[in-house]
Amino acid sequence: MEKTKRIIAGGHYLVSEAEPEAIFCPEDFTDEHKMIAKTARQFVEKEVQPHREAIEDQDFERVVALLRQAGSLGLLAHSVPEQYGGLGLDKISKILVGEIVGGGTSGYGVAQSNHTCIATLPITYFGTKEQKEKYLPKLASGEFLGAYCLTEPLAGSDALAAKTTAYLNNEGTHYVLNGTKIFITNAVFSDTFIVYAKIDGEKFTAFIVEKDFPGLSLGPEEKKMGIKGSSTRSVIMEDCLVPVENVLGDIGKGHVIALNVLNLGRFNLGAACMGGAKEALKFAVEYTNEREQFGKSIAEFGASKEKVAKMASRIYAAESLQYRVASLLEDVLGDLDDCEDRRLVGSRLMQYAMECAICKVYGSETLDQVVDESLQLHGGSGFIKEYPIEQAYRDSRINRIFEGTNEINRLLITGNFFKKTAKGELPGKEAIENAVKQLQAGATEKLDGPLAKEREAIASIRNTFLAAAGAVYEVYGTALENEQETVMKLSEIAIELFAAESAVLRSVKQINKNGTEKERAKELLAKMVVEQSILKVQALSQELIGGLETENQVILGIASLIKRELAKYSVENRVKRIREVAAMVNEAKQYTC
Amino acid sequence: MNIFVLLKRTFDTEEKITIAKGAINEEGAEFIINPYDEYAVEEAIQLRDNHGGEVTVVTVGNEEAEKQLRTALAMGADKAVLINTEDDLESGDQFTTAKILAEYLKDKEADIILAGNVAIDSGSGQVGPRVADLLDIPYVTTITNLEISGETVTVVRDVEGDSETIETKLPVLVTAQQGLNEPRYPSLPGIMKAKKKPLEELELDDLDLDEDDVEAKTKVVEIFLPPTKEAGRVLEGELDAQVKELVNLLHKEAKVI
Repeated sequence: MEKTKRIIAGGHYLVSEAEPEAIFCPEDFTDEHKMIAKTARQFVEKEVQPHREAIEDQDFERVVALLRQAGSLGLLAHSVPEQYGGLGLDKISKILVGEIVGGGTSGYGVAQSNHTCIATLPITYFGTKEQKEKYLPKLASGEFLGAYCLTEPLAGSDALAAKTTAYLNNEGTHYVLNGTKIFITNAVFSDTFIVYAKIDGEKFTAFIVEKDFPGLSLGPEEKKMGIKGSSTRSVIMEDCLVPVENVLGDIGKGHVIALNVLNLGRFNLGAACMGGAKEALKFAVEYTNEREQFGKSIAEFGASKEKVAKMASRIYAAESLQYRVASLLEDVLGDLDDCEDRRLVGSRLMQYAMECAICKVYGSETLDQVVDESLQLHGGSGFIKEYPIEQAYRDSRINRIFEGTNEINRLLITGNFFKKTAKGELPGKEAIENAVKQLQAGATEKLDGPLAKEREAIASIRNTFLAAAGAVYEVYGTALENEQETVMKLSEIAIELFAAESAVLRSVKQINKNGTEKERAKELLAKMVVEQSILKVQALSQELIGGLETENQVILGIASLIKRELAKYSVENRVKRIREVAAMVNEAKQYTC
Repeated sequence: MNIFVLLKRTFDTEEKITIAKGAINEEGAEFIINPYDEYAVEEAIQLRDNHGGEVTVVTVGNEEAEKQLRTALAMGADKAVLINTEDDLESGDQFTTAKILAEYLKDKEADIILAGNVAIDSGSGQVGPRVADLLDIPYVTTITNLEISGETVTVVRDVEGDSETIETKLPVLVTAQQGLNEPRYPSLPGIMKAKKKPLEELELDDLDLDEDDVEAKTKVVEIFLPPTKEAGRVLEGELDAQVKELVNLLHKEAKVI
C-alpha cells in the first residue's frame, strides 16, 4: 500500500476541516483487507459461535483452544513485525480483525484483543531485540498468551499511584516484585504478564513477568456481569523474582508504555464495540421481522423503524471515524516495526491520543445504546438468556469502563487540545480567534455540492467548539482541570464533531465517486448523524456556557453568537428519512450503508 | 503429482437474484468460488500435501475472476491461470468453456483434474465430463471420497443418496460432491503469500483458438425468475367440510387428483 508521508497533527480536525478525498473509508479496503475480513468472519461463525455457551460458562480450555486456532490462522499475528514471526499488517487489517472477532464473539473477543493489543504491543514497541526475539514469535503464534497488569486496588484511573514495588536483589541479577494487580484479563491462562511496578518505590517501570517466575500467583476467578469468556483474576507478586533483562523499556519510564499502549488498546476497543453494535442491530432486525403483533411484524411499526434507523446511523458514524483513525495511525506507526528509538515511538503513539480516545468513547457508547434498544425491541424475550441479546447487553457494559473510563478519556480530549495548543502543535489560538470572527460575521461559508448543508453544519459545530474553548479558557485559564463539568461538555462537542465530520466526509467521498443515486444510504445516514449532532451540540453548548460563572460581557456575547449560529439549523423531513433508512436495514436484514 | 483444479466464479449463495434488461443483474453482487469447486480446491491441496507435486487452479472468465483465483492461492494452491475471454467472446456455453479448458490442459500432463460437481449458477454439471471427454481420460462425477495409491484411484461417488465405489487409473478427472471434505478458509499468512504466487493470464490467442472454434452450441432465449409463491389459504369450518373442500380444490383448482 502506498503511504502518505505527510503526518497530520493529532486533533487537527478541531481547528481545520479535512478534504473528503484525504480520509480513508471502508470503501477503500484492498482485496487483501476483504480476504482478511472474510477469514476473520469464518473463524467467528464456524469456530467460535458454536461454542457460545461453553465460553459463557467459562470453559477456559475451550477459550485457549480457540486462541491457539486463531494463532494458526494468523489472527494473533497481524500487528507483530514479520522479522519476529508476525505478519506486520497495517492498522486497517488490525481493526478489521478487531471489529469482526471482537464484535461477533464478545467474551472470547475480549480475550483475543487483550492478547494482541495491550499484552503484546508493549514488547512490539518497547522491547529490546532480545526480548522481541524471545517473546514475539510465541505471542504471534498463540503458543504464549498474554496479560497486561496495570490496575491495583488503590490505583485505577490514577494508574501512576501504583503501590507495587521492585527492588534489585543483592546479586544484581533480579528485581524482586511485591504487590497485587487486580481485574487482570486472561490471567488464568496467560504465559506472560506485562507488570508495572515502582523500582525503589519511585521509578515507575514495566516488566515482562512469566507465569513460572517464582513468587507469582493468581487470585480466584472474579464473578463478573459480562464478558465471562475472558478470565479475570488478580495477579499477586510476593517476592517475585524477575530477571533484570526483563525490564521493559527505560527504568522510570513505565508510564510512556502504559499510557501509549492504551491508545492502541482504545482504538481497537472502539472497533470491537462497533462490530458488536452491528451484531446487536442484526439481532434486532431479525427479531422484529419475525415477531408479529396486531397482525403485522413489529418491524413495520414506526417506533421500531425509528430505533433501527438511529442505531444504523450511529453505527455509520462509528465505522467512519474508526477507519479514518486507522489510516491516520498507519501513517505514523507503519514504519516503526523495528525502531529502537523509544522516544520517537512514544511520541508517535501519542500523536493520535485524542482520536483513539474518541474511538473508545464513541464506540463503547454506540454499543451500549444499540444493545439497549435492540433488547427493547426484543420485548420480554430480550430478558431471556436463550436470546443472544441478553448476553450482548451484559457484555457491553464494561466497555465504558475499562481501558480508561469514558470520563478519563473525555478529560484527555480537551486536556490534549489545550496542551497541544500551548506547545504550538496545533494552531488553536488562531483557530479560536478565527471562529469567533466567523460567528460574529454570522455567515459561515455557503457551500454547494453533495451534503452542502451538512458540511456547513460541521463548520458551525467546529466554530462552536473553538469559540466555547476560547471562552472556557478565558474564564478558568490553567485552572480548567478543576472544572470537569465544563471539560466534559467541551469534549463531548469535540467527539460529536469528529463523528459527524467523519460520516459526512465519507458520504461525500462516495457520492463524488458513485453519484447520489447509488449512495442514497450514505447520504441519508450522514444526514441523520448530523441532525442528531446539531441537536446534541445545541444542548451541550447551552449547558456549557450556562454553567460558566461569569459576568464577563465578552463571554456572554460569545454565548449568544453560538446560540445564534446553531439556531440556523432545524430538523427537516425527519420521519421520511427514518423510514427510508429503516427500510434499507430491514431489507438487508443487517446494518448496511 | 501434477494436479489441476477447474474453478468458476459464481454468485454468492446469499445473493438475491434480480433480472435487468433480460440478464441477471450483477451489479453490487458478491461473488465467491463456486462452493463445489471449493471442495475440489481443498481436495487438491490435501492430495498435494500427501503425495507431493503442485496444484494449479484454472478458470475461464474475465478479470474479476482473479479474486477467486487469489482466494484459492490463499487457501494453498500453488499457481493460478486465468483464461480471459472478455475481449474475445460475447457469450459462451458449457461447450465453449470445456473446449477452452481442454485446449489449455492437453499438453499439461495432468495426473488428476478436479472440478466441482455442478456450478450453483447455471447448474449444468457438464464442463468437467466434457473436458475429460475432449482429453480422452476417464472421469467420475459427484465423488465423496478419493484415495490414490500409485496409479490406482479409488473413488466413492454419491448416487442419489446411495454410494458407489469405483476403481480407475490416473490420469483421471473427478467432480466433487458435498461431503468430500471441509474446505479450509485462507489463513492470514496464506492471504499475504497469495499476493506473490504466480497468476498467469492467457487469452484465446495464446491457446491457438479462434472465436469460431469455441462458439456456443446453445443460445439463451429468455431468462426469467420463478413465479413468486402465492400466499397459502387456511380452510375453515367443521373438519369434514374442510376435508371435502380440500379434495374439491385439489381436483378442480390444482388439478392434481
